[in-house]
Amino acid sequence: MNTRPIVAASPEALQIVTFDAAMEARIAELLPRYPTRRAAILPVLWLCQERFGWISPGVVAAVAARLGEAPAFVEGVVSFYTMYQTAPPARYVLQVCTTLSCAWCGGRELVAHLKERLGISFGEITPDGTFQLVGVQCLGACGQAPVIQINDDYYENLDIAKLDAILDELAGRS
Amino acid sequence: MEPVLLRARGVPDSRSIATYLAAGGYEGWKKALGMGPDAVTKEVLDSELRGRGGAGFPTGRKWSFVPKDHPGPRYLVCNADESEPGTFKDREIIEYDPHQVVEGVAIASFAIKANTAYIYIRGEFARWAKILEDAIAEARQRGFLGKNIMGSSFDLDIWVHRGAGAYICGEETALLESIEGKRGFPRLKPPFPAVVGVFGKPTVINNVETLACVPHIIVRGAAWFSSIGRPKNTGPKLFCVSGHVNRPGVFELPLGVTFREIIEEHAGGVRGGRKLKAFFPGGSSAPILTADEVDTGADFDACAAAGTMLGSGGVIVFDDTVDMVEVADNVAHFYAHESCGQCTPCREGSDWCMDILDRIVAGHGRPADPDTLLRICRFSSAGMTICPLGDAFALPISSIVNKYRSEFERRIAAATPLPQKKQPVLPWAGPRPGFGI
Ligand SMILES: Cc1cc2nc3c(=O)[nH]c(=O)nc-3n(C[C@H](O)[C@H](O)[C@H](O)COP(=O)(O)O)c2cc1C
Ligand code: SF4
Ligand code: FES
Repeated sequence: MNTRPIVAASPEALQIVTFDAAMEARIAELLPRYPTRRAAILPVLWLCQERFGWISPGVVAAVAARLGEAPAFVEGVVSFYTMYQTAPPARYVLQVCTTLSCAWCGGRELVAHLKERLGISFGEITPDGTFQLVGVQCLGACGQAPVIQINDDYYENLDIAKLDAILDELAGRS
Repeated sequence: MEPVLLRARGVPDSRSIATYLAAGGYEGWKKALGMGPDAVTKEVLDSELRGRGGAGFPTGRKWSFVPKDHPGPRYLVCNADESEPGTFKDREIIEYDPHQVVEGVAIASFAIKANTAYIYIRGEFARWAKILEDAIAEARQRGFLGKNIMGSSFDLDIWVHRGAGAYICGEETALLESIEGKRGFPRLKPPFPAVVGVFGKPTVINNVETLACVPHIIVRGAAWFSSIGRPKNTGPKLFCVSGHVNRPGVFELPLGVTFREIIEEHAGGVRGGRKLKAFFPGGSSAPILTADEVDTGADFDACAAAGTMLGSGGVIVFDDTVDMVEVADNVAHFYAHESCGQCTPCREGSDWCMDILDRIVAGHGRPADPDTLLRICRFSSAGMTICPLGDAFALPISSIVNKYRSEFERRIAAATPLPQKKQPVLPWAGPRPGFGI
């Protein structure tokens, strides 16, 4: 079982966020898809993560108010699902698959290399805020093992040299 | 065999509706609307199609459990959660042929008279969620979805609902909770979803591959479908082969081929000229098979007779360099992370197995450990838990302990006492689940 508290990273993180007209328009598109407002929680949280970068206590409060839920209920949902960021993430979140096919086809070596190159362990962020290392379970791409998901994108059939090239490229982007 | 579900793989621009229509796409949908819901269900029943999501339940039977006289809405849900380790077939279908899924969802919705369908897709598949949304928009634009479809007076909307990272949401009742906007906690059954499903209404849940078979059954007939495969195990099946093989990938083969044929012929055999040691026949929730069992038939009944499961068709291959204690440990990490925590035998049992196996791997095993593992697993199977995840960690781990016990004993014989009673942390294993990670 895995559950993560939502971090009050700074006083601003507690401030309830406001949804602008564009955001409201997208929420209005979502609501008629479901017979209850509660069912829109997951998609609205996705919109918020896209927009605000992570799910802060202030986002939880805003989502709860908009959908007529208690903040505690929304927080319970957020902490259940591993893809909602409950603390400010790095620019690039490296989600390394640690499950069977990846682990035995070079994934363990990638994990060791990443920990050494970045000087961080699972759950940590490099001091410059560029990379975050997350160990994840099977990404559903086992035929292309080993696999790493970086933000939304899949990188498959990796080895240490290919991974280094990708990280160099990402670190060089402004 | 001639590809059916993967016929579009490799075709240029295979995702567009124009390509799909040119290959006879949406003919099944037109035909189904003319047949009426009961005839559609009967055709699927006669085809003997069994669910491709894991349990192999007859699809037509599942549809017929929806109460006929139920007033008010009912729902169809397509399960695209694809989280079982070793499984990557639904992604392949969506990648090359998303309209096949849309058409299957439409026909199934019509058969159970649902006017709303949800496709639940795992959160990590952002790219494939977008592919599905684009396909749905194209189908709507051509009048295959929406109001009064092709003059039939049948209305249908399909919505894509993205998960957000939770293996358990592949379990059908957890999935329904997740659509409802809650934590993905499986529900006690009965009532079954066909009677009380999403939003409390009758709901049918089918896997992507199951639904992708449906248009072909309607167009080509139940007799054609059931001529493929073996009796009671009919039709084409996608096998995902990963691990130590020369050509990992998704292969479409009739149910009932042997695992030897899948591994040696289609996946090119064990890589590096090494020998096969063991394989999971249907994802990591299925008890492991040894190299001696490679002639087992790859179908639901043959796997059950061999004491395992065809599951999702995810074949994970290990060569003779692999340490089976470490495999058991990896499996334990997965389930300890993914247990939803509602049931004590599953939540605590998967954690205990992980702790014990980490300790054995770190060189501090104890003579009683193998039996302790078996006892924990016994407590978490055969109906002791709300959902089958309890079995899903217990059965593979106990199968590894039973079949490779000498590897455990060899390690334990060479073990040293655990220093300072401190739980060892293995450098390569996934993060240890718990609070705050
Ligand atoms: C722990 C667990 C995880 C599951 N994960 C999936 C999954 O990722 N995809 C899927 O289609 N079925 C999954 N299933 C099976 C579903 O509960 C359900 O049986 C299936 O979607 C029904 O579709 P079918 O009849 O077409 O096979 C899972 C079951 C369990 C117990
Ligand atoms: S068996 Fe495990 S995953 Fe299933 S409901 Fe119980 S605790 Fe949750
Ligand atoms: S095991 Fe890594 S993607 Fe499946």
